[in-house]
Amino acid sequence: MRHFVAVGIWVIVLAVLTYAGINASGLATQMNPVVASTQAVSIDSLWHGEMVVLSFLFALIVAPITYSLVVFRRRKGETGEGVHFEGNTSLEIGWTVAPLVLVVVFAYWGAYSLGETRRVDPNALVINVKAQQFTWTFEYPEYGIISKELHLPVNQQVVLKMQSADVIHSFWVPEFRVKQDVVPGRVTEYRITPSLVGDYKVRCSELCGTSHAYMESPVIVNEIADYDAWIAEQKVIAEEAGKTPEGQGQLLTVKNGCVGCHSIDGTPLTGPTWLNLYGAEVELTDGTTVLADDAYIAQSILEPNAAVVKDYPSPSLMPVFALTDEDIANITAYIKTLK
Amino acid sequence: MKRFSSSALAHGLLWQLIGTLFGAGLITGIRAIMGLELTAKFFFTEPAWVLGGFIGAISFLFGSGVTSDWVKWARGIDTPEHHEEHYSGWEKFVNVSLDHKVIGIQYTIVALALICIGGTFAMIFRTELAASQLQFLTTDLNLFGQNGPQIYNTLMSLHGMIMIVSILLGISGIINYVVPLLLGAQDMAFPRLNAFSFWIAVPAAVLLLSSLVLGGFDTGWTGYPPLSSRAPVGVQMFFMGVFVAGWSSILGSLNVIVTVLRMRAKGMNAMRMPIFVWAAIATSIIAMTATQFIGLAFQLVLFQRLLGMGFFDPAKGGNPVLFQHLFWFYSHPAVYVFILPGLGVISELLPVFVRKPLFGYRWIAMSSLGIALVGFVVWAHHMFTSGMNEYLRVPFMYSTLLVAIPTGVKFFSWVATIWQGKITTPTPMLFVLGGIIVFLLGGLSGPPNATVSTDLHLHDTYFIVGHFHDTIFGGFVFPFFAALYYWFPKATGRRMNETLGKIHFWLMTPSFLIMTFGMMYVGLLGMRRRIVDYDPALGLDTSHLVLTICGFGIAISVAIFLYNFFNSIKNGEKAEGNLWNSRSPEWQVPSPMPMHNYDQPFEVVGEPYDYGLEGSQYVKFSSAPAKSKHK
Repeated sequence: MRHFVAVGIWVIVLAVLTYAGINASGLATQMNPVVASTQAVSIDSLWHGEMVVLSFLFALIVAPITYSLVVFRRRKGETGEGVHFEGNTSLEIGWTVAPLVLVVVFAYWGAYSLGETRRVDPNALVINVKAQQFTWTFEYPEYGIISKELHLPVNQQVVLKMQSADVIHSFWVPEFRVKQDVVPGRVTEYRITPSLVGDYKVRCSELCGTSHAYMESPVIVNEIADYDAWIAEQKVIAEEAGKTPEGQGQLLTVKNGCVGCHSIDGTPLTGPTWLNLYGAEVELTDGTTVLADDAYIAQSILEPNAAVVKDYPSPSLMPVFALTDEDIANITAYIKTLK
Repeated sequence: MKRFSSSALAHGLLWQLIGTLFGAGLITGIRAIMGLELTAKFFFTEPAWVLGGFIGAISFLFGSGVTSDWVKWARGIDTPEHHEEHYSGWEKFVNVSLDHKVIGIQYTIVALALICIGGTFAMIFRTELAASQLQFLTTDLNLFGQNGPQIYNTLMSLHGMIMIVSILLGISGIINYVVPLLLGAQDMAFPRLNAFSFWIAVPAAVLLLSSLVLGGFDTGWTGYPPLSSRAPVGVQMFFMGVFVAGWSSILGSLNVIVTVLRMRAKGMNAMRMPIFVWAAIATSIIAMTATQFIGLAFQLVLFQRLLGMGFFDPAKGGNPVLFQHLFWFYSHPAVYVFILPGLGVISELLPVFVRKPLFGYRWIAMSSLGIALVGFVVWAHHMFTSGMNEYLRVPFMYSTLLVAIPTGVKFFSWVATIWQGKITTPTPMLFVLGGIIVFLLGGLSGPPNATVSTDLHLHDTYFIVGHFHDTIFGGFVFPFFAALYYWFPKATGRRMNETLGKIHFWLMTPSFLIMTFGMMYVGLLGMRRRIVDYDPALGLDTSHLVLTICGFGIAISVAIFLYNFFNSIKNGEKAEGNLWNSRSPEWQVPSPMPMHNYDQPFEVVGEPYDYGLEGSQYVKFSSAPAKSKHK
């Protein structure tokens, strides 16, 4: 009997210590990154409930084992065997039924919490998201804006309609807690209500190829006023750009995600940079060189494998883009300006 | 050297090479006639490599001689029922043997070799991850036609699959060696099929590793299309490697089931079987019925790439999510294939070292079957964020949480077994206890992934990586080491060095615990899986450095183990008797085990684990076991 009392106390002490340890590392009441969405609140509260119960279960198993290892160890010179008992049906039934109750409770809680994260606001702002190796592009259909940054108004539900151009990607902002895969051939939905103004990042969390690690884009939660200002500014930029061929070209390179792999400032990315490209001599994988003129740029867009630049993977990683001659002329005009 | 070059292994490998060249040449010839391209980046074209790889694997089997008895029968030539051993020493293990003990050791050695390869891969990319930014796997690196991040992806993917194959071979090793001994059988039910199951795993491992030099593959071990349908040709070698290794698993488990059903000693009814046999049965049922699905899933992608069939290509009406269902329908039950034998080892060894009966034998036996059955209906919990039907997530959450119940029965029963024992802690017992604690951590880190809403955060982060390393180390690696330390004297007549064994344990356990806690920690803070580089702004550099140091701690401890293992075969302290004072039948005869196992048959006359009950006996030999003739 005294063993049971002693081990009972030890279970409680260890459970408290375990929870305190998790809490000390900042992971008990929330999954650590700041809470930046209303959905995260219900997710974190389920997490906290699990940490409490799991700390207890951990102690429930580890405490009697450690206690036994100390108290029931074979001492020097001691002979003989352990106490002979083979089982106890009521105990077995007990520790089958008690966890069953826990399972039902947590499954209910889990389903409830899932429901909370999926709660629909009919006035949600719709934003189209396009994922492709290795960029995110955001389109605000109401305003005709295309952006490489996702700007969201605080305390307003948004629904992202996500599509992939190539392989599976996954949209995850750790501060929002929620994650949703983007699957080719269908539109998946990501519903979130940002609750904290700040700069975050969407991080692609489904392995999508060589530069998967770098498939990150800024997610900026603004006050309503700042958000409206940004929208207005972007609308002007889009309108201005639409007036010239190079402006339209620039919009096309954002919309199609070109600049995810081709930098405009000389930074090495997945593909060759466009800085000082036009008119330069380009060395190819087969050892020849070619002049980067209109024809070369058009060929590179329509047949990425025809002439792969030296030191870049062959066959090329670049998808084929179905662009019109006018689009290509505009993009070429834009590339010409990058000096 | 000459003795090696004339071995079945060397012949097999040579024939695999010849077969590969023949198959690839055949396709290249046909392409020449059709006027198609003859070479590609990695010399042969993709169809040539695929047929070459396939014919190479078959050639290995014929070349090694493992099929020669079947060929003879087909030609109407009789062969002796029992093969006499022609070889001694290490040569036994590189030639075809029908003895289940030799095959068990062959499996174990290959498993250890693969653990070393997979572990080396892990150390390479773990070093890369020690700090943010790219250290040595840089974009201007060019190795086997891959740049640094691509090499990272290949190594990370191969680490996963090589370790999985090594686990499958490791459990086959233990099951093959131990189960017939526990049953009192002379051998497995189908000795030739048993040899075949082992030998087919060798070309599979070669195929898998060949993907490294054929452009690698950047898909992870899961190989999700469309990424895998665009990956370099290496991914085809990976698919074929898994496909061929699957045969080993399916045929091996068939053999185990028949052996247990048909070859038990007199008096050994279901509830008097050693508990490890129950685990072997449960794991074999899963392996025999589920393995087909991963083979099928990968085969469909292989055909999609080769023949343009759009199974998973949305542009052709295919569905990428379908692949995930097929894949996980095997790959979730597969993790129970990995852990059930390990949990069986824990249940088998605990009574020996606490000198008490196994608490709730029937409940533990049934819980193995329970885990196996529930394991079949939980697969979609890997797909909570995949875009499958939203409402399906709830029933899969329930079924997943249900796994806690049979697993809980095991834990509580182990605790009750330890309670009021007379506990000693030699090396095998240390690994048993380590296995229980580590597996407990794996189990407890499971529910947050099972409840859908928390999983939306945790999915595809390092939290998952920490969780499954806990389950696999607790469910397989620790018990596997326990089993090796425990049955090593049975196989060799010598024991492994205790001091080195304890150093192995006390270096590996803390390193591992810190490593997996660290993985879960960085995962919660925003560290994604399968990335070569991480955002320095996340502030994870210090944690990752600690993770890498702990990773090397584990590597060093395994190196100590390997030295101890191979050194003790010749130089270990002699241990020919019942070293652990066990009631199990294999320990009632001298070590090493005689060639055809028991010279005298035994009868089961009592309960297997009645430690501490005066005068009770588990097995009775029909007369006193004669000293082994085959020394």
